[in-house]
Amino acid sequence: MNHDHDDHDHGHVDAGPPLSDPQLRVKALESLLTDKGLIDPAALDRLIDTYETKVGPRNGARVVARAWVDPVYRQRLLADASAAIAELGYMGREGQDMVVLENTPKVHNLVVCTLCSCYPWPVLGLPPVWYKAAPYRSRAVIDPRGVLSEFGLKVANDVEVRVWDSTAELRYLVLPERPAGTVGMSEEELATLVTRDSMIGVGKVAPPNPGPRS
Amino acid sequence: MNGVHDMGGMHGMGPIDAERDEPAFHAEWERRTLAILFASGFLGKWNGDIRRHAFEQMPPAEYLATSYYEHWLWGLEKLLVDNGILTREEIAARLAGRPVSLAQPPAGLRVLEASEVAKFVQNRKGARMDDAVPARFKAGDRVLARNANPVGHTRLPRYARGRRGVIDRDHGVFVFPDAMAAEKRREPRHCYSVRFDARELWGPEAPARYVIYIDLFEPYLEPA
Repeated sequence: MNHDHDDHDHGHVDAGPPLSDPQLRVKALESLLTDKGLIDPAALDRLIDTYETKVGPRNGARVVARAWVDPVYRQRLLADASAAIAELGYMGREGQDMVVLENTPKVHNLVVCTLCSCYPWPVLGLPPVWYKAAPYRSRAVIDPRGVLSEFGLKVANDVEVRVWDSTAELRYLVLPERPAGTVGMSEEELATLVTRDSMIGVGKVAPPNPGPRS
Repeated sequence: MNGVHDMGGMHGMGPIDAERDEPAFHAEWERRTLAILFASGFLGKWNGDIRRHAFEQMPPAEYLATSYYEHWLWGLEKLLVDNGILTREEIAARLAGRPVSLAQPPAGLRVLEASEVAKFVQNRKGARMDDAVPARFKAGDRVLARNANPVGHTRLPRYARGRRGVIDRDHGVFVFPDAMAAEKRREPRHCYSVRFDARELWGPEAPARYVIYIDLFEPYLEPA
């Protein structure tokens, strides 16, 4: 990377706002590592593209939709989540050892990583900021119903809430309940209903429309 | 270590403040940080447990005041310097726009190439180990999480120490993170899902009808 500066060239191009501290620090690291031949910029771009566009909650939504329509797949998913998820092609870093948690009318599951940000990347992509931040990490294990309320989800008092702290290398995916009003929907249509939040456990999958139940 | 990162059960952290439809990255530097962190890890001088321990050593006031990618950036700098890949002088000089002659990095580093990224991302070999190690516990056993307070890396959160739970399942044999972080040693240990009643963790005033499952390695547990 060329660091020559033409100090007399001011006035032609607006240099933009001064770079923030993290921007400067990352640029310095990247240029040093590139100069030493230790990183390949094309590899960096490919990594970014993968995690920005190629993995994401649409993957997990397909797993959920498959489990909703196919009871045999559902059993496989609950018995050996890693293998069942791999059948759909979703496997890799931060998702090599999966566990699927089934929500029922009497059990609601919620996933957290109190110690850092462990999250099932191959099926949900990169974790949202709130999942990695202190408020969620601290409260999910001590006040899960309060956390769910903050997300607008009220869980009845007779429902057992199970909080799963991802302290080891197991990664957890919640299998939310299939909502009413979805009879006859195709697997693809069902997948569009499944939200990322429902697969972490801070939400439920809403019925497709508020009309009469089928 | 008993760092501020071990925050299960802390109060006063404020509202969760979830952003709707948030993007994967909020700034270009976050993208570069993620990519450089992964590519640097690929060089082969540290493992995931050492990496996590690096983040844990961020000064607590900074840790609480900054975003997660800033934690990664701090940890990345520390890992690169601790492992002799970059020096503080090089980083300072590059930041200041001063020329600096670059130190030779350690030998034997592997560079992640673009053609290998897919394989890197899809890596199916996690921390699970094939070693047939006898399990000390089985589902249904009552266990006590030890009151251990190591200064190094551990995955036994403080809120569980000294607390009694029940083995829900044996996940199998995995690399024990404490040994991997401290000594780069792959020690095979059983990892269990342990169920704790909320009142056991937080006292008799805790709300009813919720339980917490924590994944705990065998060395963290005693029979109860």
